[in-house]
Amino acid sequence: MVARIIVPAELKRDTPFEVRILIQHPMETGFRLDMMGTLIPKNVIHKLTVTFNSDTVFQASLGTGISANPSLQFWMKLSQPGLLKLFWEDDLGVIGEAVKSLEIKGPQN
Amino acid sequence: MIYSLNFICICARCGVVSQIRNYKIRLLIAVLTLPLVCAVGVASANAADINQSEQSVEFARVIPPEQLRSGFTFISDDLRYLQTNDDLNPAFLWVIQGETLWKQASSKDSPSCQSCHGESNQSMRGVSTKYPLIDKKSGELVNLEARVNLCRTRYQHMNPLNLESEEMLGITSYVASASRGLPLNVRVDDQNKAHFLRGRSLYYTRMGQINLACTHCHEQNWSKKLQGETISQGHINDYPVYRLEWQRLGSLHRRIRACLSGVRAYMFPLGSKELLDLELFLGWRSSDSKIVVESPGVRR
Repeated sequence: MVARIIVPAELKRDTPFEVRILIQHPMETGFRLDMMGTLIPKNVIHKLTVTFNSDTVFQASLGTGISANPSLQFWMKLSQPGLLKLFWEDDLGVIGEAVKSLEIKGPQN
Repeated sequence: MIYSLNFICICARCGVVSQIRNYKIRLLIAVLTLPLVCAVGVASANAADINQSEQSVEFARVIPPEQLRSGFTFISDDLRYLQTNDDLNPAFLWVIQGETLWKQASSKDSPSCQSCHGESNQSMRGVSTKYPLIDKKSGELVNLEARVNLCRTRYQHMNPLNLESEEMLGITSYVASASRGLPLNVRVDDQNKAHFLRGRSLYYTRMGQINLACTHCHEQNWSKKLQGETISQGHINDYPVYRLEWQRLGSLHRRIRACLSGVRAYMFPLGSKELLDLELFLGWRSSDSKIVVESPGVRR
């Protein structure tokens, strides 16, 4: 399972920017049948957290209405460089994570 | 001479375009009467001319090369935005996976793809434009998926990957994406001509309960609407593609099988000879035009 965190190439201090998250996940609804007619068990990412330097900046609880390979986006701004970490957990107990190091370009205050 | 050549072209095209069931017969008539017409019409017709006109029957195009358009031009603006933006394109989840697989060696006996081929961006640039082609060792027609599996069994001492597995799609999309922007370059020669002709005849054969051939939608009715969808010309330059309907990446063979299912025809298995022959014909059909590789694509 691959997860991507996408941020603009250049980040400026105290200027809002958009963070995009793309996760490779089937997001099984639990309503679909397989080729043999048996129910495919529900398997969705139920918990998703993004932290920046151990502070939670974004949290989401997804359900069956979210498509496969979910794409999420939110805005944040930085006052210092640091690590953006993404954690998610699905119904099968699989835990995924991705890390992105954010650096600030521009004058130091 | 011009008159006789035109006659043969029209004859072949009628067979191809309007009455598919008589295609073989008409083609036969066209080929049989070719020397006769040439001999009667123009006494000065030389052997080279006859050779060319025979080729024009086998290599007749229904859509002129200058009108060929990538499937990318038929999709909605939203999908185009999704496909051209590498950060948003969901297919890149597989491309990233493929990049990891390309570089990773599983054991000492099995070298990684990179240890033989080097950086994919350089060594694999233009490779996917030539497939499918004849494998020199076995003499069989192989596409990119089959080549990956041949490499795995011959040189990497690993088990072949399942077609349509995440790993296979990862590697093929990673290799194909290295050729982005290059025109397709599938050539027909003496070695693969039999495959090409079989693929061609499949393309023009009516199939299934709906009783349609590929040509009826993708050559005679492209740019018209089929339900909510604009019918494309059916080019293969964007494969493997991420289809929103599948919610994952899929290969060309899976897409053709979806078409076969749509006309309620027998669905040839993934990687079967029929689909490979058809892929060769489709590759030739997209070559020698403005169409360039854009994989991984995004489709509805």
